Amino acid sequence: MNGTLKRVAVACLAMFALLMVNVNVLQAVRAEGLSSDARNTRNYYDRYAVERGRITAGGKVILAQSREQKNSDFRFVREYPEGKLYAHVTGFFSPESASQIEASRNKLLDGSSADLLLRRSIDLFTGEPTRGANVDVTINPKAQKAAYDALRESGKRGAVVALDPKTGAILAMVSLPTYDPAELSGTDKGTVFKRYDELAADKSQPLLNRNIDRTYPPGSTFKVVTAAAFLEDDPSRDGQTVVDAPQVLDLPNTTAGLPNYGGAACGAGQVPLVFALEKSCNTPFGKIGMELGYERMEEQAEKFGMGTQIGIPMSVAKSSFGAKEDQAAVAQASIGQRSNQMTPLQMAMIAAGIANDGKVMKPYLVNKVTDAKGDSIEEAKPEELTEAVSSDTAGKLRQMMVSVVQNGTANLAQIPGVEVGGKTGTAETADGKPPHAWFISFAPAENPKVAVAIIVESGAANVGAEATGGHTAAPIGKAVMEAVLNK
Amino acid sequence: MSEVAEAPVLMPAKRRAAQLAMLAFAVVIVMAAYANVGLALDGQIPAGMLTYGLGLGGLMLAAYLVLAKFAPWADPLILPLVTLVNGLGLVMIYRLENSGSKLQAGASATQQIIMTGIGVVLFAVTLIVLRDQRMLQRMTYTAGLIGVLLLISPLIPGLGKEINGARIWIGFGPATIQPAEFAKIALVIFFAGYLVAKRDVLALAGRRLLFIDLPRARDLGPVLITWGVSIGVLVLQKDLGSSLLLFGGFVIMLYVATQRTSWVLIGVLLFVGGAWLAGQLFSHVGDRFDVWLDPGNQAYYDRPFGGSFQIMQGLFGLGAGGVMGTGLGQGHPELIPLAFSDFIFPATGEEIGLTGLMALLMIYALIVQRGLRTSLAARDPFSKLLAGGLSFTLAWQVFIIVGGVTNLIPLTGLVTPFMSQGGSALLANWILIALLVRMSDAARQPPPQAIQNEGMTQVFQR
Repeated sequence: MNGTLKRVAVACLAMFALLMVNVNVLQAVRAEGLSSDARNTRNYYDRYAVERGRITAGGKVILAQSREQKNSDFRFVREYPEGKLYAHVTGFFSPESASQIEASRNKLLDGSSADLLLRRSIDLFTGEPTRGANVDVTINPKAQKAAYDALRESGKRGAVVALDPKTGAILAMVSLPTYDPAELSGTDKGTVFKRYDELAADKSQPLLNRNIDRTYPPGSTFKVVTAAAFLEDDPSRDGQTVVDAPQVLDLPNTTAGLPNYGGAACGAGQVPLVFALEKSCNTPFGKIGMELGYERMEEQAEKFGMGTQIGIPMSVAKSSFGAKEDQAAVAQASIGQRSNQMTPLQMAMIAAGIANDGKVMKPYLVNKVTDAKGDSIEEAKPEELTEAVSSDTAGKLRQMMVSVVQNGTANLAQIPGVEVGGKTGTAETADGKPPHAWFISFAPAENPKVAVAIIVESGAANVGAEATGGHTAAPIGKAVMEAVLNK
Repeated sequence: MSEVAEAPVLMPAKRRAAQLAMLAFAVVIVMAAYANVGLALDGQIPAGMLTYGLGLGGLMLAAYLVLAKFAPWADPLILPLVTLVNGLGLVMIYRLENSGSKLQAGASATQQIIMTGIGVVLFAVTLIVLRDQRMLQRMTYTAGLIGVLLLISPLIPGLGKEINGARIWIGFGPATIQPAEFAKIALVIFFAGYLVAKRDVLALAGRRLLFIDLPRARDLGPVLITWGVSIGVLVLQKDLGSSLLLFGGFVIMLYVATQRTSWVLIGVLLFVGGAWLAGQLFSHVGDRFDVWLDPGNQAYYDRPFGGSFQIMQGLFGLGAGGVMGTGLGQGHPELIPLAFSDFIFPATGEEIGLTGLMALLMIYALIVQRGLRTSLAARDPFSKLLAGGLSFTLAWQVFIIVGGVTNLIPLTGLVTPFMSQGGSALLANWILIALLVRMSDAARQPPPQAIQNEGMTQVFQR
C-alpha cells in the first residue's frame, strides 16, 4: 500500500500548495482591491484609527485637527475650530468621502503617503503609532476673515480670492453661502449623509467652492485682457492712444448694436484708451476685439492661463474665452459677455499677472507639509505659469488700472497712502436676474503684495448710477487688500 | 501482505525531551499572542493571561505525561503542533468575544477552553484504553453501525435539534453535540477494517466493463450502502461540508486499499454527477455555485440568504490584512459573521497576515505529514489504512473549509480543525489525534528481536 499512500501524500501536498497559492493571491495580489472595496466597512473604521494631521493657516491658526476619544469605535474624530470660515479651504472629512484639502492631501494627512515611508518605518521600530502629516496652507488668516466678513455684509452669494502676485500663494479664499465642515465630518453615517443630501439639494449650492468649481461671465473686468491684447499688438500704443468710441457699435450681420452701459455716450466718440477703461465703455473694447480678431483675443486669454488645467491642489474648472463664432460674438466676448466664462481664481490670476510684470504665477494653496515630528516633507516652490504680456505692457496696464481706481468706476477701492489698481465689472446673466458685480485689483501698484478677484452674484442693480461692480464688489476688495497690507 | 515483511523506516529515538521543549514553546507562543491581544484591545496584559496560560500549559503537560507513559515511542511533533493550533484558535475566540460586536455574540473562549480540557481528557482516555489500534479492527462492523446511527440521530424526533436551519445537532438538556463529527471517525474505522479484509477480492475478483474493473456486488455492497446512507443523511440535513468530507475520505481509502486508479475516476465522476444533481435539485446548493463563481456580484452580495455577504467580508478581511497583517487585536475581524467558527481562518488571516497564514497552513501540513509518515511506517495493513485515512480526512477537511472561505472552491460549512469554536468537532479531532499518536507509537517501536537460540520463535510485544 505504500505506493498509493505516497500518491495520497502528494495529493495532500498539492491541496496545501493550492491553499497557499490562493491565500497569496488574496493577501498579496488582490489585497489592495479588496481592502479598498466600497463595501469593505473596515475603511470606515480605519478612517478614524489614525491621528490625522492638522491643517493650519500661516503655521499658527488651526483649521482642522483630530481629537482622541476614549471608549469609542472611532478613536480620532475631526474638529474644525474655525468652522464655516475655512469650509472651502479645509473641506470636510465624512465617513465615506472628503473634499478640498482633506481630500486632495488625504494620503499625507492620514500618513499613508509614500513620502512618509521613512517616518512610518522609524515609528514601526520605536513602537510609536502612525500619525499623519500636518498641512499648512498659504491662507492669511486676517485676509480670510476680512474677505468673509465683507462678502457676508453684502448679504449675497459670491466668492473672494486673493493671491500673492509674486508667488501665486492663495492668501484668501471665501465662497458664500458656506457650511460647517463639522456637520459633514461626524462618524454617524445617517446624520452626516442626511445633512449632506440637504446641502447638496440646496439651490444656493453651499458645497460649491465658487472660486474654482464654477465659471461666470467676467463682464467688464475682462476689458483689461482686451486692452492687453491691444497694447501687445503694437508696442507704440499706450493709455493715451486714441480709440473709436461710438455710442453704439454696429455688429456685423446682426440688427442689434452693442451699446455702452445704460446706452450712454463715451466721451466725444474718440477717447484715449485709459478713459475708455476708467468709464468702462463697451464700444471701444468691442471694436478692438473685432479688429484683433478671434485668434488674437483667444491667444491673449490663454496667455493669462485660461484653458490650462490647474490644481491648487484641488482641480480648477477651466475658463474659456468661448468658441469661435462670428465677429459679433468676438465683440461681445471682448467685453466679457457671450460665451466668455471665467472662474474667480482665473480673474485673480489676470490681476496678479499684470501686477507681477506680466508673469502669471501658478496659484497654490499648500504652503508646507511637515510630518508629525516637524520634519519637512514638501515645501511650496513658486512656479511661473505663463508670461501673459511684456513687462512694458504690464506697466502700461498697471497705470491704467490705477487710474480706474483714482478717477474711474472703482473709486471705492481707494486706500489712503497706497496706489491701488483695479477694474470693475458688471456681468449680465442670461436668466434675467440682476447682473453679477465683479472687481479685480492689486496693491500696491509698484511693489504688489496682493491681487484679488471678487464676484458678488446678482450684486449689481439693473439700473442706476450705483449699478456697476464698483459699488458692491470694490469695497470688499479694499477690505481684503487692507488686511493683507496691514492698513 | 508483502508490506509487513518490508523493513519499516524507523526513528529509533523517542525524542521525549524535544517534544516537551516544543510543547513549552507552543504554549509560550500562545501566551504571547494572548498578551498581544490584550495590549491591543485595552492597552494592558489581560488579567486572565496567567490563568489561561497555566491552564493550557497544565493541560498539555498532562497530555504529555499520559503520552510518555502509554505511547512512549509516539511521534514527538504531533502534540506540540496541535497544541499551537488549538491555542491560536483560543486566542482568536477570546479576541472576537472581547470585540463587543453583536455578530460575535456566540464567541466564548471560556467554553472553548473547557472543551479543550475535555478534548485532552478524551485524548488521554483513548491512549490509555486503546493499547493496540488493532483492537479497532475487530470492531469494524460495530464502528460502521455506530457511525450510521450517529449520523441519523439528529433526525430522530425528540433527540435531534434544529439550529440555524440545519438539523445536525442532538441535545441532552442544555448540552448539544454534533454527532456527525464523531461519526466521521467511526466510519473511517469501518472503511479501514472492511477494506483491509476485502481488498484482495475487491482488487482481483470481478468483471471488466469497458476499461474499468468492477468488483463483485456482494463485496462492495456493505461499503456502498454505508456510504450511500451517510451521504444521503447528510444531504437531507443540508450538511454539505460533512458529506463532501466523508465522500473524499472514502474514495481515497478505497484507492489506497485496492491500488486502483479507476476508483478515483469513478469517485470523481460520481462526485461531479452528484454535485450537478444536487445543484439542480436543491436551490441552496445551486446558490453556492453561483456565489463561488462571482462572489463580488452585488446581487449575490445583497441576498439575505445564501448570498456572498459573509464570504466577501472574509475576503475583505484578508485583503485588509495584507502581507503583514494588522496585528492581533488591531484589525476588524469582528465584521465577519461567524468569525469565531466557520470563518476563523480569514479572521485570523486579517490579523496575522499572509505571513502568519503561511505558517498556520504549514503547521496543518506538518500534522498531516506526520500522520502519513505514521501510515507509511505502520507494520500492518489496517494501521496503514486507518492512519492514512485519518490523515487524509484531516487534510481534506482543512482543504474544504479553508478553500471554501477563501473562495478557492464553493463554500460548504465545516469547522477549521482545532481552531473553530465548537465542542463536538474539537473533541472528535482530539480523539483522531490520539489514534494517530497510538499508531505512530506502534510504528516507531523497534521491531521485536528474534530470540537467537530459540530458532523460529518470536515474541510479540503488546
